[in-house]
This record gives sequence, structure tokens and C-alpha cells, in this order.
Amino acid sequence: MTEALSQAQALELLRQMLLIRRFEERLVHLYEQGVFQGHYHLYIGQEATGVAAIARLEARDYLFTTHRNHGHLLARGVAPERLLAEILGRASGLNGGRSGTLHPVAPELGILQTSAIVGGCVPLAAGAAFSARYRGSGQVAMVFFGDGVLEEGAFYEALNMAALWKLPLVLVCENNSIPPELRAAGQFPSSTHAARQLVEVAQSFTLPCSVVDGADLEAVYAVLGEMVARARRGEGPSFVEARNSRWPGNYPLYPAIVGGNTELRWAWDPQAAPAEVREWTDRSDPIVLWIRQVLARGATRQEVEALDAQLVQQVDRATEWAMQAPWPEPSTALQGVFAEGRPA
Amino acid sequence: MTRTLTYAQALAEALGEILREDERVVIFGGGFAGITPSRVHFGPLFKEFPGRFVAPPISELGLAGLGAGAAMAGLRPIVDLGTGSFVFEAFPAVANEAAIAYYTSNQQTTVPVVYHLLGGIRGAGAEQHSQAVQALFWQTPGLQIMLPGSPADVKGLVRTAALASKNPTLFVSHYRLMEVAGPVPEEPYEIPFGQAEVKRAGTDATIVACGIQVPRALEAAERLAADGVSVEVVDPRTLVPLDEAAILASVRKTGRAVVTDETPRSCGVAAELVARLVEQAWGALKTPPRRVTIPDVPIPFSEPLEAFVTPGVDRLVAAVREVLG
Repeated sequence: MTEALSQAQALELLRQMLLIRRFEERLVHLYEQGVFQGHYHLYIGQEATGVAAIARLEARDYLFTTHRNHGHLLARGVAPERLLAEILGRASGLNGGRSGTLHPVAPELGILQTSAIVGGCVPLAAGAAFSARYRGSGQVAMVFFGDGVLEEGAFYEALNMAALWKLPLVLVCENNSIPPELRAAGQFPSSTHAARQLVEVAQSFTLPCSVVDGADLEAVYAVLGEMVARARRGEGPSFVEARNSRWPGNYPLYPAIVGGNTELRWAWDPQAAPAEVREWTDRSDPIVLWIRQVLARGATRQEVEALDAQLVQQVDRATEWAMQAPWPEPSTALQGVFAEGRPA
Repeated sequence: MTRTLTYAQALAEALGEILREDERVVIFGGGFAGITPSRVHFGPLFKEFPGRFVAPPISELGLAGLGAGAAMAGLRPIVDLGTGSFVFEAFPAVANEAAIAYYTSNQQTTVPVVYHLLGGIRGAGAEQHSQAVQALFWQTPGLQIMLPGSPADVKGLVRTAALASKNPTLFVSHYRLMEVAGPVPEEPYEIPFGQAEVKRAGTDATIVACGIQVPRALEAAERLAADGVSVEVVDPRTLVPLDEAAILASVRKTGRAVVTDETPRSCGVAAELVARLVEQAWGALKTPPRRVTIPDVPIPFSEPLEAFVTPGVDRLVAAVREVLG
């Protein structure tokens, strides 16, 4: 069993989750105001998985994610204003506006490329893990992906090679369609996968596999601690299926803030939540669940509210910065197809 | 000093030099010569560099993506995908991951991976093992495409791709080039991408050819010379980047152009090059340019059928006579 989180760590992970939540709530409002265009995907309801898993990485490690990447990037420490500017297509965004929400990178944080093709990120992450092992660098690659990736062939090819070659790869499958009572264990027949449980698919490749309640931050932290340590010891890849219950706002074609922005008091006064989200917030919202934990450990409501107020202000400032950020010069669309010069 | 080597020998020699010089080079697969007799030249490399060759499962898609990811994370992988058409299995990783990463990352992430393909009409390959894919990947910007047509060129170009470039490269060899012999310098050297070579100087007509079409064009030129026709053969060597200036200069000089490539006719390499000639050298063209390509059909197995669709020497000779009027 891994060491318990200190209260300072517990609050830090709450800060990261709230930042993700406030950032994405703002994003929906900006989209509804027509500030940016294109299809986009939210991480609301899955925050505990991302922050707890990423907390297990070292600064030098690699992180690969998908079209549902905002939470992973923010948990890794990307500046929210630069991510927002990217989503708005601005020149000072992470990628200078070339990617939008789909392919944001932060190479200095080990986020080399983000593939928005279902399954695309898994071979890339296996490649980064291959590089780490080949160079003997001790780095680990962690890759996040949705349950749909297990419907793609690329996943199986990469998993096979990672297992064959004992690559330092941690595969985090975020299954965001599980009813609350089945998150921790039990049978889940996915509507679009013939396997009884997704984890059984990975198990056949002879690597350690776990199922974890993705809304249980401490459980994710414990499982990922062991998987990252194992990869770093050179013992090969692991697979975890983190089970989350789909946030009601994720059901429509485009996300919508069903029930309004999250209110912290829903943690201590569940009946205060609007009826259309009450069941979800009470049993499945990782932020509500984690606030209850930090309060039980001795934090005060005022402390948590003050933290949240700071994050709302940070998102306000990020919004202002990103909205004022310059657009890219149109003709620069022709530049940067190929890297010039010799490699170092 | 030069010696005579085959294409396969020159490639094996270059790979040995590259592996010796840069530890970041890792080769996935590494048959290179497929089922040709030339495969024997690559065996010694496996013995000399045991830790540098990785024997992959039959997983073109996963492997091409893994190669791209390893390149992003500091290695210089050479991924030998085998028969050219196998890149269809790997298409998303090559076209939609490796090719776009540098651009979408706003020049932050480089992907110096080399994908080797042994493509083309190989003799009895039938419909699924005979394709040439260089035109297809010319439509996925972000990939360098090299098509060496001689032993000396493969040695210099593969070195550039593997050691001197920061970009992903599609390296297209041809089954029928593996045993083609020619002079090759002994020392290591790079041939810069985007630098065409005039393979034979001439004054009456230009044949633009790359890859397997280079020896065919040279043979056609030789045959026409016997009739007093002086043909210039220009080999772009890389399609991306393309040395457009060298092609235009030759055609402006001769005023007559045959463009050939072993790809299907529509939207093929020859189609693109003829379009550029028409746009930029119209005034210099004394007769309409001609394409010598594969017709728009799959490649059939039976020998006479396969020979009929192959853009061989006879068709090149006939096309040159046509543009001469």
C-alpha cells in the first residue's frame, strides 16, 4: 500500500481539480457566446483520475493524451491562459493557434504531441517509452485514452509491443460511461465492445491490470503509484481502467453546463444541487466527493471556498488574457511544415 | 575512390555507416530487400549491431506510430515497413501523426523518423503487393519523399534522411532496383534533399524520371541516341522537397518533355510535374508534354498483363518520338 496523501497534497489536488472545472465551465460559456468554433470535449467528471495519476509522474516523464485533454494539461501544470488562447486559435496559444482544442502540446512538460484520432496516442506513447528504455533514461510514459480506444486496432498493436518489449508505459483507460454502482467492481458490458470487462482484454497481454473507481482520488493515486514505480524499475507496462460516471453535460452533441456551474455547497448540502444533476453530483462528481474528504480531514468550508474563489479569479484573468491575445498572421499558415537545419 | 556496387549493397553500406556514427538510430524490421536475392547484404548488419535492430510483430500501424513517438522523444528510428503496399496498414500513423506533428505543434516537436518501403511492380506481385505510393503521400504534407534511382543516390540520400534531417521521410525503394549496379564512392557522403541531378545531358528532349524509371529512362536515351536523338534525363531524386528549377531549366533548354513515374496516371507524380511545366514553362514547350505511367488499373499477376501496364523502356522511347513530332 502506498503512503497516504498529506493534507497539503490533498488540497493541492483539490486545487487542480477545481481549476480544471472552472476552466471548462468557462469554456462552455465562451463557446455559447461564439468566442470560438469547432467541436470540443470536456473532462468534467473525470478530474480525480487525471490529477491523481499525473501527480505520480516526475517532471521529466512523458504524457500523452487525446481530444479530451484539457484536464491532463492543466494537471501537468500548463498555464491556463496559454491553453485557453490555443483553444481560441490565438497566436500566443500553446501551438500558436494551429491546433485549437485538438492537439495542444507542452514539450517542456513532456507533452510532445496530442493525437485527436481515437487510438492514435497509444503507439506514440509506446514510442516515447521505447526511447526512454533504449536510452536508459529512467523516464516513464503515461498515456490517457477513452474506452473507445479498445475498439481500435492501433491499441492492440501498441499494447502487444509494449508488453513484448517491457516498455516503461502506463496505460490509463478512462471509461467514462459506468453507472456509479459498477465503478469499483462488477461486470460492465460496454455497448460497443464484446468483452465482458475492458480490463480482461488487456489482461490477456500478460501485463498487470487494475480496475479503479475513477472518482476515488486516493484509489487512483494508490494504483498509479505502483504502476509508475513498476515502469520506472524496468518491469514493463501496466494498464488501468479508471471508471467514471458520465457527467450529464457530456450527453448532448455539444457539452452543456447542465444544472449550472458547480457550487461547493453541493458537497455538504446535496439537496442544494439542481434536480437534473443531483444524483450525479452526489454520487459521482469527483470534486464533490473530494471536498467531503478534505473537510473530513480537518479543512474548513471557508478554506475551500477561498481556494475556489482564487481559481475563479485565475480563470477570469486567463480569459481576459486569451481574449486579448493576437490572432496569427494569416500567411504564417504556409510556414513550419518542415523543420530546417541539421539536428543537434 | 568509387567501386561498383548494387543498390542493395550501397544501402547496406550506408546503414552500417549511419549505425556506427549515431547511437540514436534504431532500425525496426530491417529486411530492406524483401524477398530479393539482395536480402543477404543486410544479414551482416544484424550481427554487427545486435542491439540496434528490433524485430517487430506484424503491426504496421502500431509500429509506424511507435516509430514516430520514439522520434519525438529523441531517437532517429528507421522503420522498415516492407512491401510498399503495407504502408496502407500504417496510413494513419504516417499521414495523420508523423506528417502533421511538427506543423500542429507550431514547430516545437520534430519527428525524424524514416519509413522505408519496397514498392513497385516487382514481377508476380499481383494486385496487393505491387503498388507505388509516392503520389499518395505527396497529398499528405509534412513528409519528405525520397526515391533513389541509383546505388550512389541511395547511399547519399539515406544518410541525409537518417542523420541530417529533422523531418519524417518516406523512403521508397523499388524491387527491381535492388540488383541495379553503379559506381559508389567509398567514403560516407550526404546528398541534400531537393537537389535534382542530370543523369544524362541532351538537347532534343527531356525525360524527367525518378526511382526505377531512372535506369529505364537512361536505357531509352541510349536507344534513341543510336538514331541520333539527344535525350536529357533529369532525376529529381526527392519529390518533397522538389527541385523544380532543375526540371524547368532542362525543359526550357530542350523544349520537349516526357515525364515518367511508376504510379497510376491520375493525380500521379507525372501529372503533378506536367502541371508545373504547363504553368511555368508553357512558352518554352514546342510540343505538348507526355506522361508515361501505369494506367489507372490495379497491377495484375500474369506476366504479359503485368508487362503491359508497366511503364517500360519501349513506351518511353515511343513517348520521346511523339514529343519530337
